[in-house]
Amino acid sequence: MVFAIEVVIGGLLVGVMYSLVALGFVLIYKASGVFNFAQGDMTLLAALALVGFLTFLPLWLAILAVLVIMIALAFAIEAVVLRPLVARSPLALFMATIGLGFFLQGIGQGIWGTDPKGLHIGISDIPFDVRGLMISQFDLVGAVLSGGSVFALVWFFQKSRIGRALRAVSDDHEAALSVGIPLGRAWAITWAIAGAVALVAGVMWGTRLGVQFSLSLIALKALPVLILGGIDSIPGAIVAGLIVGASENLAEVFLGPYVGGGIQTFFPYLLALLVLWFKPYGMFGREIIERV
Amino acid sequence: MEENGGHPMLQVEDIHISFGVLKALNGVSLEIHKGEIVAIIGPNGAGKTTLVNIINGVYRPSQGHIFFEGRDLTTVPPHHIAALGIARTFQNVALFKGMTVLDNILVGRNLSMRSSFFSQGIYWGFAQKEEIQHREVVERVIDWLEIEHIRKIPAGMLPYGLQKRVELGRALAAEPKLLLLDEPMAGMNLEEKEDIARFILDANEELGTTIALIEHDMGVVMDISDRVVVLDYGDKIGDGKPEEIRRNEKVIKAYLGTATQR
Amino acid sequence: MIIRGCPTQHEHYEEEFRSMIYRECGVFKATYQEDMAIFPIPLDRWGLTVILFVAFVMIPSLASEYWLSSILIPFLVFSLAALGLNFLTGYAGQLSIGHAAFMAVGAYTALILYGRYEVPLLLSLLGGGFVAAAVGSVFGIPSLRIKGFYLAVSTLAAQFIIEWVLTHWKWVSGGVFGTVDTPPMRIFGWPIDTPVKKYYLVLCFVVPLTIFGKNLVRGQLGRAWMAIRDMDVAAEIIGISLFRNKLLAFTVSSFYAGVAGGLITFTYYGAANIEAFNIMVSFHLLGMIIIGGMGSVLGSFFGGAFITLLPIFINQFARAFGAVLKTDLLACIDLIIFGGLIIFFLIVEPHGLARLWQTLKEKLRLWPFPY
Repeated sequence: MVFAIEVVIGGLLVGVMYSLVALGFVLIYKASGVFNFAQGDMTLLAALALVGFLTFLPLWLAILAVLVIMIALAFAIEAVVLRPLVARSPLALFMATIGLGFFLQGIGQGIWGTDPKGLHIGISDIPFDVRGLMISQFDLVGAVLSGGSVFALVWFFQKSRIGRALRAVSDDHEAALSVGIPLGRAWAITWAIAGAVALVAGVMWGTRLGVQFSLSLIALKALPVLILGGIDSIPGAIVAGLIVGASENLAEVFLGPYVGGGIQTFFPYLLALLVLWFKPYGMFGREIIERV
Repeated sequence: MEENGGHPMLQVEDIHISFGVLKALNGVSLEIHKGEIVAIIGPNGAGKTTLVNIINGVYRPSQGHIFFEGRDLTTVPPHHIAALGIARTFQNVALFKGMTVLDNILVGRNLSMRSSFFSQGIYWGFAQKEEIQHREVVERVIDWLEIEHIRKIPAGMLPYGLQKRVELGRALAAEPKLLLLDEPMAGMNLEEKEDIARFILDANEELGTTIALIEHDMGVVMDISDRVVVLDYGDKIGDGKPEEIRRNEKVIKAYLGTATQR
Repeated sequence: MIIRGCPTQHEHYEEEFRSMIYRECGVFKATYQEDMAIFPIPLDRWGLTVILFVAFVMIPSLASEYWLSSILIPFLVFSLAALGLNFLTGYAGQLSIGHAAFMAVGAYTALILYGRYEVPLLLSLLGGGFVAAAVGSVFGIPSLRIKGFYLAVSTLAAQFIIEWVLTHWKWVSGGVFGTVDTPPMRIFGWPIDTPVKKYYLVLCFVVPLTIFGKNLVRGQLGRAWMAIRDMDVAAEIIGISLFRNKLLAFTVSSFYAGVAGGLITFTYYGAANIEAFNIMVSFHLLGMIIIGGMGSVLGSFFGGAFITLLPIFINQFARAFGAVLKTDLLACIDLIIFGGLIIFFLIVEPHGLARLWQTLKEKLRLWPFPY
């Protein structure tokens, strides 16, 4: 029984991290209507850059440097990729981000190579002992960081002036333009935020798994979270992240041994598919009504 | 034009439907008889397109039934409804923008094409004969609508007026019993409207197609329809010959005087 | 009745319209039959014969073994897989981002049939296609309720679930994690062991399947697919069954992927390994049809050619500058160019190389009398 609770808690903690990654997607989708398939590659790029900078900079300076790079990248993406495609279908934009993903992968590999690197930011491996429950320090710190970031983001979007403007943009591009909100700037800001999210995610997952190619696949892990929660719902991303984290862990631990393990790679997808059948837009997603 | 006092071709019975808190249709009933041209008019938002969408099977009413030639349509999926002989044009032109005019109209023949998957893949033989057969029908429609010169152009590149005409062609190609036209003349100039009106009348007279059209141009409505049904915010407030409707108090009030235009 | 393809003088319409129908000018068809042939323009018909001649006769006699085995075979097979994906995504508009998984199904099925049950090679390869088609149609069922982005992600589910099943299901993997070599190929006792023979084997699948596919897309099914892609609600109201046609798209495209999977395993890789059909391959397939041309049979082949030749071009290009590229760097540049071109084509020519090719032919046709 204690073990089961540990598994659930471990899963929930990981789930918070998934939520953060998913939130990065939701934000971009809400603000620019595009699903950024390159989010995972951005995460990897951020982590690689951090490792690179850590070789000659102290931690906080390295993080700052990477943040600057990600923001610059966001502006570049907005100008080169998003602006020319502004009038096109969501499908086209989605495919453009696939291309972007390849591009960033190539750059990352070219500059920093493909061998796995370790990322150490001072969190030890020893698990906490809380009243007999073993909780991993990694997971706890990760969850706290992610949770904090999620709160910050939600506050930003709900309360701040810029956040309000971004929400207006996501609702209706043309209406937002007509009240004077600069679309391009709004998009750049959103992508910069997504870049920052990528950085945080990159730090956490990179510490946990090592910085290597599979890091970019973390984003793919967030996809079932997105479709479970709805691609345009912030609370959806949070709730779904927790659900996916917990259920994936439970499935792997309790069902895994019967079928040879490795369930966690596809279990979230199976879960999401089941939910989608009954709720085609996710649990909290907004239904798109086509008028004829 | 009443046919042999048998059943009406289309019978709409007490239809209710809401979208959220908005009650779009509130117990609307009407009949359309074979060979008639019936106009459905009413201010914007009156529920006209919604009604047509229900007939097509896109929406399901919360209450009420639709009977087409005696058969209850209310739970039939849209593509089966089409197979029963109902065709439609749309308010915002719903052409397949990536396909040529010819292909768009050929798609309209989809229901009567029978060749199987394998037959199509091999092409020589049955599928080829069928393609040619249907191509002939479609070319006749194209000639009739006078759009030969744009046959191979992707529909998305055409000017609005021609797109509407192509859409009409696609609907006619299906050789429907009942043709539902949703604002077929929206956004057209006088000359274009006259063309379309002529096509509608010809379709009715030469091909015997029963027609229901949603239209805002009162002049056209008065000219070509046999009967007029008036909707106003979900209710039917008028149903009768054009001259009667023109004098109907409720209708005049709903339109603030436009019904008296000529 | 004579069909005139040329527009009559009509003041309302601009030059663009006339340029769209360039090919028809001056070529009068006497019957609908001729107009509807795959290649109504005599030039194109002639071109097809040339292509077939080159493919079946010239290439095998002139090309080096290197070219045959390392370039032409993967080119043909990947083009076939891309063609399958094109049916689903380019024509029917259902985005599929896990398509390589169906190639894997075909590969493993063919291997099991041929290697374990000694089913004749040709039947094994076809069997791979059929099993992949069945699996593909199951994963197509969500498309009835789910659309757009949500559907794309559920196709990704196919990728991960299939990967897991193929590696963990003992009956399939034979308890071996990793690579399973293909046994030597024989057809009616005749060994297929040289590049030339392998090339012919591939050709004998790719050519008929391509022709079959071309016939499908220019007929009723192709039109139904495109209608669903462009506006599915309207398509349904016209009488097109969304269920049947979407499912058919998944089935057909998975069949092609399955056959391609089997072919590539036997004639190119020589072994079956699930890593050869991972998520990156799925993305590459998508990139192929974006660059090559979505909704175009020819475009699928442009895409296949592109992906096969790009690394070579980069290499030659670098060599021209005296630089010798290590494989790692080559892979990076490959990715950068591939990704960059996807974006480029989406911005500049969303219909890919196929449309560029069409435009080029049009300019040549009218040259030197552009008007």
